[in-house]
Amino acid sequence: MDAISTAEAGAHHGHPTGLRRYLFSTNHKDIGTLYLILAVVGGLIGFLMSMAIRAELAHPGIQVFPGLAALLQGTDPTSIDAGKNLYNVFITAHGVLMIFFFVMPALMGGFANWFVPIMIGAPDMAFPRLNNISFWLLAAALVLLVLSAFAEGAPGSLGFGGGWVFYPPLSSNTGHPGPAMDYVILSLHLAGASSILGSINFITTIFNMRAPGMTLHKMPLFAWGMLVTAFLLVLTLPVLAGAITMLLTDRNFGTTFYDPSGGGDPILFQHLFWFFGHPEVYVLILPAFGIISHIVSTFSKKPVFGYLGMAYAMVSIGFLGCIVWAHHMYTVGLSLNAQRYFVFATMVIAVPTGIKVFSWIATMWGGSISFRAPMIWAIGFIFVFTLGGVTGVVLANASIDRQLHETYYVVAHFHYTMSLGAVFGIFAAFYYWFPKMTGYMYSETLAKAHFVLLFVGINLVFFPQHFLGLAGMPRRYIDYPDAFALWNYWSSVGASIAAVSVLLFFYTVAEAFWRKRAAGANPWGVGATTLEWTLSSPPPFHQFEVLPRISGSGHQ
Amino acid sequence: MKENAPRRDEQGAGRSRLGRSAGALVLGSVAMLALSFASVPLYRAFCAATGFGGTTQVAKAAPAKPGERRLGVRFDANVARDLPWRFEPETSRVVARTGETTTVYYKVVNLSDRETIGVAAYNVSPDQAGAYFNKLACFCFSEQKLGPHETAEWPVVFFLDPALESDETMSRVEEVTLSYTFFPGKGAPKAASAEGTKPRS
Repeated sequence: MDAISTAEAGAHHGHPTGLRRYLFSTNHKDIGTLYLILAVVGGLIGFLMSMAIRAELAHPGIQVFPGLAALLQGTDPTSIDAGKNLYNVFITAHGVLMIFFFVMPALMGGFANWFVPIMIGAPDMAFPRLNNISFWLLAAALVLLVLSAFAEGAPGSLGFGGGWVFYPPLSSNTGHPGPAMDYVILSLHLAGASSILGSINFITTIFNMRAPGMTLHKMPLFAWGMLVTAFLLVLTLPVLAGAITMLLTDRNFGTTFYDPSGGGDPILFQHLFWFFGHPEVYVLILPAFGIISHIVSTFSKKPVFGYLGMAYAMVSIGFLGCIVWAHHMYTVGLSLNAQRYFVFATMVIAVPTGIKVFSWIATMWGGSISFRAPMIWAIGFIFVFTLGGVTGVVLANASIDRQLHETYYVVAHFHYTMSLGAVFGIFAAFYYWFPKMTGYMYSETLAKAHFVLLFVGINLVFFPQHFLGLAGMPRRYIDYPDAFALWNYWSSVGASIAAVSVLLFFYTVAEAFWRKRAAGANPWGVGATTLEWTLSSPPPFHQFEVLPRISGSGHQ
Repeated sequence: MKENAPRRDEQGAGRSRLGRSAGALVLGSVAMLALSFASVPLYRAFCAATGFGGTTQVAKAAPAKPGERRLGVRFDANVARDLPWRFEPETSRVVARTGETTTVYYKVVNLSDRETIGVAAYNVSPDQAGAYFNKLACFCFSEQKLGPHETAEWPVVFFLDPALESDETMSRVEEVTLSYTFFPGKGAPKAASAEGTKPRS
């Protein structure tokens, strides 16, 4: 932490140092750093869980989890049921952790807190104290989620194992009468409140605090991505809050929102959940879209191709994302006309997404490309995200989805867009902005080796899962018939390669802090045109004492 | 936030402007939260109005003119595990002409030694038939109470709306199934039960 310098700070007044600086921080860069640390913690726990899952699935049979349950939850090591329960708890927690405690804190809390104010030429966020509240609410939410794994869920077992989608009746008193699910619900309430407050902060900042001359149509694309993301969260997270509050009252106060015996309907939960859940996947990817645009432009030494098209493609992806939720529910018995609508609307999303992919390629086209580490990661992002997008168009068809629903094909699809897409976006952003945030340059060789290992590893994990899904292997099970053994084995081999890449990542970061190679204000050269590169590395504690003026007709 | 105010004023973005933005966004969030709860009555009203998802219609009077088509109507009866009732239709299938009022009886027995209350969930399948399935009277409109070992016969009075003959999606439907599931009632039965739900015997 010492590396994040406080140069030029305190011109007007002193600021807290040491622990107080971070606990009570109202500084957007410090809070961004805290979010990044939280993302590393959340992501690491979620990652270790996925390693346990892949270790279990490497071979048919149940080998790993009964012992793991004995170790973590103190159950009988010979109890197969305790192992199965822990497997379910792990797949559930893996999903929740990766979404709410890794990708969101990294992209929104971390990079957006750090760079949205700087990119739009603002001294800080609009509501700095609110920013602090957002962070600590999320930290509390993480604690509640971890606690839930040690409370009773299903009768006689610990933790909630009903999947990250929390469908009742499995998540109601019928399936998990114990308090584990209540912990999860309250954790999501806190995480949701944190994200809504953070989003209000971002929108207010972007609308009111842009530097003189920076119109919305000159605003950097990362800020655009965050603006759309924040609107999605403000509009859809309250619906999730409503859905899980109804679940909470169903569980504890005798209401029957989801209980047919009282006139309720469990399908209502699925509608409400996915009204939030589908926009949520765009929440995870839109900030990455913005970041990739900057990186591709920087290292091609060209402005982004079709800037306005890129910005409004994100707006239309955000809008369309809100009206396609039931494509997650083709098998619940939707009427044929409802299915027709959701198939059509879902496929329309391929249009703005295609605009983005082609514009990235057109930005590179004819550019003077330097293949530095962030650029390699960005190209990796475009590749895996496009692949995940193509399988998404396949799954958008209700007729095909009937065969593939809840199979590993779906798992492969959303991991290609999120586990590979969003994560490659995070690493691209990390290697792009690490010199700016810390003032130190990492080893280019190590960063590229990290890319190669993760790219090979994670593609080996998820590409064979397309075959497994097409062959009919259902998701969420601890065991599978021997017929699926071959590709599961290779998928697990890929996971161990990915594990090595994670170790290499930590080494790369440690090496950068250890070697202390000065990065300079702008290590990327003429292509890096956004405002953060006009500041020192690391930036001063308070930037833009004199606001920058944006002139000319060019956009960022 | 006070310590940041001067900087913001320099920038021309006063605190009131920030407050207005934030206020509007908070309002938007609260509105969406309210909408998520409102979705329950809204969806119920929507289904009742359109027959969406196999929701049967409630009619006051039978149509004046009968229609042409004849459709099979099957009756399905279920009881939730924790309600000690036996519940079955007197006949499992009738053939009904559109526009013609039909009455069928369901037999129900309380198998326990105590008074029990049940409430029925119901719909018809296929889904699109819901809009044309009109009930004039049904025991399912309210909670039902049965004394220890009491037996009853409950009528359902319904007709199929002749308008279904001009609905393309109904043209290949030869049979409609009306399904009931009795669940234990939560409270005492409502004082005024709907007409026609009085036990016949």
